Amino acid sequence: MRIRIDHTSHYRYDPPVRRVVQSHRLIPAECANQRVEQWQVTVPGGTAGGAFTDGAGDQVQGWTIAGPVSEVVVRVQGVVETTDCAGVLRGHRERVPPVAWLGATPATAVDAALADLARSVAAPDGLALAHALCNAVGAAIAYRPGVTHAHTTAAEALALGEGVCQDHTHALIACAHLREMPARYVSGYMQATEDGSPHEAAHAWAEIWVEGLGWVGFDASNSCCPDERYVRLGCGVDARDAAPIRGVALGQTVESLDVSVAVEAAQQ
Amino acid sequence: MQAFFDEMKSGGAVRAPYAQLQDWLAAMPAELRNLKQAEAEALFRRIGITFAVYGEGGDPDRLIPFDMFPRVFTALEWHRLERGIRQRARALNAFLADVYDRGEIVRAGIVPGRLVYLNEAYEKAMAGIRPPRGVFSHIVGIDLVRTGADEFFVLEDNCRTPSGVSYMLENREIMMRMFPDLFRGNRIEPVDGYPEALRRTLASVAPPKCDREPTIAILTPGHFNSAYYEHSFLADLMGVELVEGQDLFVEGDRVWMRTTEGPQPVDVIYRRIDDAFIDPLCFRPDSMLGIAGLMDVYRSGGVTICSAPGAGVADDKAVYTFVPEMVRFYLGEEPILPNVPTWQCAKSEDLKYVLSHLPDLVVKEVHGSGGYGMLVGPKATSEQVEAFRARLVERPENYIAQPTLALSTVPSFVEEGVAPRHVDLRPYCLVGERIELVPGGLTRVALREGSLVVNSSQGGGVKDTWVLAQ
Amino acid sequence: MLSRTAANLFWLARYMERAETAARFLEVGARIALLPNAGQGFRNEWDALLRAAGTADAFARKYGEPVQRNIESHLFFDQDNPASVAACIRNARENGRIVRTALTTQVWEALNTAHAELQEIERQPRSDTGLSRLTEWTIRTAALLRGTIDATLLRNDGYDFLHLGYHLERADNTARLLDVKYFVLLPKVEFVGSGLDNYQWVTLLRALSAHRAFHWAYGGEVTAARIAHFLILNPQCPRALITSVQGLNAHLDRLSRGYGRSTPAQTAARGLLGEMAEMQVEQIFDEGLHEYLSRFIGAVSGLGGRIHDSYLSGDQR
Repeated sequence: MRIRIDHTSHYRYDPPVRRVVQSHRLIPAECANQRVEQWQVTVPGGTAGGAFTDGAGDQVQGWTIAGPVSEVVVRVQGVVETTDCAGVLRGHRERVPPVAWLGATPATAVDAALADLARSVAAPDGLALAHALCNAVGAAIAYRPGVTHAHTTAAEALALGEGVCQDHTHALIACAHLREMPARYVSGYMQATEDGSPHEAAHAWAEIWVEGLGWVGFDASNSCCPDERYVRLGCGVDARDAAPIRGVALGQTVESLDVSVAVEAAQQ
Repeated sequence: MQAFFDEMKSGGAVRAPYAQLQDWLAAMPAELRNLKQAEAEALFRRIGITFAVYGEGGDPDRLIPFDMFPRVFTALEWHRLERGIRQRARALNAFLADVYDRGEIVRAGIVPGRLVYLNEAYEKAMAGIRPPRGVFSHIVGIDLVRTGADEFFVLEDNCRTPSGVSYMLENREIMMRMFPDLFRGNRIEPVDGYPEALRRTLASVAPPKCDREPTIAILTPGHFNSAYYEHSFLADLMGVELVEGQDLFVEGDRVWMRTTEGPQPVDVIYRRIDDAFIDPLCFRPDSMLGIAGLMDVYRSGGVTICSAPGAGVADDKAVYTFVPEMVRFYLGEEPILPNVPTWQCAKSEDLKYVLSHLPDLVVKEVHGSGGYGMLVGPKATSEQVEAFRARLVERPENYIAQPTLALSTVPSFVEEGVAPRHVDLRPYCLVGERIELVPGGLTRVALREGSLVVNSSQGGGVKDTWVLAQ
Repeated sequence: MLSRTAANLFWLARYMERAETAARFLEVGARIALLPNAGQGFRNEWDALLRAAGTADAFARKYGEPVQRNIESHLFFDQDNPASVAACIRNARENGRIVRTALTTQVWEALNTAHAELQEIERQPRSDTGLSRLTEWTIRTAALLRGTIDATLLRNDGYDFLHLGYHLERADNTARLLDVKYFVLLPKVEFVGSGLDNYQWVTLLRALSAHRAFHWAYGGEVTAARIAHFLILNPQCPRALITSVQGLNAHLDRLSRGYGRSTPAQTAARGLLGEMAEMQVEQIFDEGLHEYLSRFIGAVSGLGGRIHDSYLSGDQR
């Protein structure tokens, strides 16, 4: 499937700041699941820093914007050809071993309720267990935008019983960890579905390490594994670590952000 | 009462390297000694060498006690130590280069993966990154203890930013000023080449994007830090800038220093700041000390950070037990310097042994430092032992245990005159294009009678350390 | 040179100059207290001095009435008063400690010894520390430090930043003292130049250690115009505004030669000096002394800002 993406992040700073430094993970890695046809990231007024591929296989690019800065516009435009690999991440080169993805962060820390949830399912093998955990998380946290925020933890979202894809993903990672399965947070894009099921164009899901298969994606918000509608940007231990754009603004200010994302099937 | 090896007198006879010191001591009446001690203290204070102890409050300008009685090694003794230290520094760097690459030592089943990759000192951000010349730890401080004429053990490794080298240099400077005759009479290897060797080492690991004489800077947390004196001292002796995070910024693919002539690029940063604080964008977002974007520049080859972030995974006290295996695995050699036998409390049979022998053992916290989270069994009261037992049972994986070593003693000036006091040794091994080691190191001495804890935060002092020329 | 290092040197000098100013204020205040009929005059004098030191409000909040002992505490010992001698010397020493390696051993020892002696003074019972001892000690300490700087420090850019600090602070302090005296002592226009304020003007000269120097330079009667000329426009007077501005220009010129580039700081300093070089004291009185001094204080502060932007922030390319 060819997917066209147009993603703009508009940051505003009031009062203006002395300098903005960003680290982007906005370029899809080449692997069996996706092939980049064209791709462009623009930051008007910014200076591109060094680019490199990190140990998790993600392409990282630094940007600096010299002050005074009152706004930064990051625009991503591109076309990706995707292939359905039944959720399995294939041909993705990375250096970090699976065991390193067993550690928790405050966002994915396990509490008693998460532990109960993780232990509530039984399965004959790793793959089945991962599916069961994915469904259990989807059932325990209803999709509802606006009730959680960027810093809500997995435990808080489960207690609330509601959340968005970030909360589902944190909770699934926590449950997988409890069952001794390496798991991580993936950020990317998802093409709109027509059946009315919930989705967010700028999307997030989990990857769980299944012995024998490797990394397998699980989207608890949609109770499925990523298929050809998904474009993968990068991964991390949690939402902050996997954020496509991380930034620091130097100076006392109030930052506001508007994001618009269009993800649509492109003509063959 | 345990018998300790005294480095000056073994079995009543004065050992050869100390022969001259015997005469020196005999010729120094108590009044002269007190005079000299006061003179030394005044010198230290005037130069401004002070040491603030974290969390203790009190005088921020405290002096670290300086003991004038030197510690002496023969050329032969040092030769063996030097070979062992170089070997260890090579192995530790090979280990770091490996675990941030394919992790062959883990795949080979020699070091457990969890110990490495779930270690809090392991930095995922470093995976797949090969720093210039493949060096991760550029200054390796190896703490050694001695228990006999030919018995040395490695107590611990310091791969991040071992401190104390300024004392090694200043102790010598002050001894030479106060007792020039001693240096005329003995052929003592100089240590004052250290700053130049450090500068050479740092320059040799300049990043690929540097196409001229590299600009080096020392990154300090600031003048409130207890080791600030050392930071400024080294910067001065090397002729490089001493910078704080606020002095540096990232623009494009380089790091720049704010100067009175405008921004100047920096190539090599010798940082004396913990990993967590060097870049708020990559590590702790609340860090006020770091430089936003530094890690992206580093990882794309625009600057070198010494030591590399994540180097601490090699000096973790639990990883320590595997260093002899690292020497064999990477270098195909037998370790020249042995480890102290160590029980890992994470292992249940080791824990059992430790719990039943607590009063005889030294128990250390795996991630701790400075001797705070530590139990010295034979010196502890039974309440202290029981309190520690509870902590140990609660989180056994946080602790290792070692036998109480019969640390060697060296005569030291104390209130009552001259008496043996326990010592250790920290040499500083420099790793860059070459491996360099100045002859000597920092001898720390436990000035309290009977004490085995040499940390300056726990009443330890320092001595000048001599290596005699051949 | 690292911008922060330059800033530390700059502030080291400013704090030392400020400490000296506080000591001079104390000295002149004490002198007034020894005169007969000190009553109302005493209060006015102290109020003026506290206002010149920029700390009158803080003093009133903390102590209320200006009692001699409280004023001493406030101007010498008070850590809450950033312009007190003790606070300034602490800050100067702290700035020096940070840039220890940019100083010579002699400069550092002078600074460190000053700090040690200050601690010693603070430990002594107040009854043993006569005011004149405190002020003499401060002025001597400041002189010693300036002496070691002149005698031992490399004439590099660091030397220039130290002197920029000294001159900028001195220009500001002198202008403020002049401004406050003018404002307080001459509420009615007809007093200007009438000779009635003679006694107050002498006090002002004393505060600037310029009493005898003035007589050597001018002889004869003390008039407001002469004093204004001496303290503003006479380059023979070490604390005259023009002398400080000349010093600022000299060190900024050295910097621009050394760095091979000029900055807005040089332009501003040259403009300020150019205006003063042509100026007659009558013009100042025509403009209004207070108006002129306000303008001068603003210009000096603006120059400080340009020095900061051009050198101390490290942002200027």
